[in-house]
Amino acid sequence: MSFTIVAEQVSKSFGKKEVLSNIDLAVKKGEIYGLIGPSGSGKTTLVRILVGMDSDFAGKVNVLDVAMPSMDVLSKIGYMAQSDALYPELTGEENLQFFASLYKLKKEERQQRIAYAAELVQLTPHLSKKVMAYSGGMKRRLSLAIALIHNPQILVLDEPTVGIDPELRLSIWNELSELKKQGKTLVVTTHVMDEAEKCDRLAMVREGKIITSGSPLELKQQYEAKDLEGVFVKAGGKRV
Amino acid sequence: MRTIAVVKRIFQQMLRDKRTLGLMFVAPLFILTLFHFLFTDNTTENPKLGVAHVDAAIVKQLKKKEIDVIEYERAGDVKKTIVDDQLDGFMQMKGDDIRLTFENSDPSKAKALQIKIQQTIAAEAAEKQAAMMKKVLHGIQQQLHAPVKMEQMQPPTVHTSYVYGDKDTSFFDTLSPILVGYFVFFFVFLIAGIALLRERTTGTLDRLMATPIRRSEIVFGYLLGYGTFAVIQTLIVVFFAVKVLDITLEGSLWHVILINLLLALVALSLGILLSAFANSEFQMMQFIPIVIIPQIFFAGILPVEEMASWLQAVAKVMPMYYGGDALKSVMYKGMGLGDIRTDLLALFGFAIIFVTLNVFALKKYRKL
Repeated sequence: MSFTIVAEQVSKSFGKKEVLSNIDLAVKKGEIYGLIGPSGSGKTTLVRILVGMDSDFAGKVNVLDVAMPSMDVLSKIGYMAQSDALYPELTGEENLQFFASLYKLKKEERQQRIAYAAELVQLTPHLSKKVMAYSGGMKRRLSLAIALIHNPQILVLDEPTVGIDPELRLSIWNELSELKKQGKTLVVTTHVMDEAEKCDRLAMVREGKIITSGSPLELKQQYEAKDLEGVFVKAGGKRV
Repeated sequence: MRTIAVVKRIFQQMLRDKRTLGLMFVAPLFILTLFHFLFTDNTTENPKLGVAHVDAAIVKQLKKKEIDVIEYERAGDVKKTIVDDQLDGFMQMKGDDIRLTFENSDPSKAKALQIKIQQTIAAEAAEKQAAMMKKVLHGIQQQLHAPVKMEQMQPPTVHTSYVYGDKDTSFFDTLSPILVGYFVFFFVFLIAGIALLRERTTGTLDRLMATPIRRSEIVFGYLLGYGTFAVIQTLIVVFFAVKVLDITLEGSLWHVILINLLLALVALSLGILLSAFANSEFQMMQFIPIVIIPQIFFAGILPVEEMASWLQAVAKVMPMYYGGDALKSVMYKGMGLGDIRTDLLALFGFAIIFVTLNVFALKKYRKL
């Protein structure tokens, strides 16, 4: 069994406040792994450590069998941040061009990938507009396109569907499944339970701890709940 | 090259932002022009002096010294007269006693007037003395019935020459080289600092850390990108100062450009370094009174050699101290590269230190 991402005993504190404690997780190659939890539970912090953006933590993270952070692995990960980090003065296409050139794509490949990514998130007609004129949902979609720009083996998406209309959300999830079929590994955070259903396996995160993990079906059976919301309440319910 | 990608992006951003471009390229010219007219097109008005009971001879001499003399019958309340009639001073004589009252809202003007009056009185006294001597001599001659030879004293002629500049040198001539450098320093600092700061606050810098870009590639991208605009700004400012405002340029124009480019490099690296310690544009502005304004005091407008020794030590850590000295040496004193070598090396040293610190400051984001 090959694991793409393995985290062992990962802990992190901001000052005295512990935001992650003893996180263990393993993401298999070619699956969609969901991190589910309310905002403030530590999902984003965990994701940043997995991607290699944050190296100030205790424990061990291996991605593609390389200890993170690693420069080589960075170029194999596509990351979409929770808040859109775009250059508002530039057009959508210029933003894509810029990030594509950071991955040293050849010009031909770059054009191809830009066309593909823009089409995927349905931004093709808006590419020549400045990002400052984009709506919130359009910015989200552009961020996703940027994460896909270099055809990475691993995609780490932090709340990818916030502010995106249901129809487009569905098509993005279909595309994520498509990427999975191509053998890519995806890590997705969300606080929407019905999105969690679409993950192959998921971990429920609360107050910096993984309270339970498994496939959606396993979890529902284990906790005798009819939906994942029920699982979350039962698994993480504060003991009185 | 990822550095080139950063440079290209900075170009795109800058060219879209017309107002910032304007600030960088037009604002220095505007201020420099304003300074130029403030310091060179002065209409010097003659000081106005009220007099009462003053010798006609002295009044005549005062008028010769470009003083507007207004004669009063009686002195009365002198202070009131000065204020009411907008005089710069008032002079009364009682026998041999002279009483002077100055308006003194501008002490340098009052001092200048006082000196003129004292010179007049001294000259007048000397003339009286000479007249007395003549009279005495005349008496002696008559008693001796023979001419007494006495050499006529000729006042010595004073020839003036200058090591730097000439008799028409104005304060602006010594000030302008420093100003040229200071504006380059100030505007480059501000724009580069705020640009990187915005990259921090909008999260794009953080986002870049999820790509395989190196910290040094970001720093050099910024140096090259904004450096190019700094070069253009420097060229515009220097050419404008020399060709349009006709600022004294004794040395080589290329040396001036070289010094300013080094200054811009220091400002650029300092700006992006300090942006690491600011959380907002507003906090970036707070560095201006702390970091930028003090530079002007040590840039050579006030003579550093006459400062207290601890202040001189402070001057040595100010980039503008070296920049100002080098610019003044080349533009005003006409010195060559050899004479300003130390200044150039110091500026270069600052730049290297700041660039290195920048690469380390980004470690806050990623250790690689």
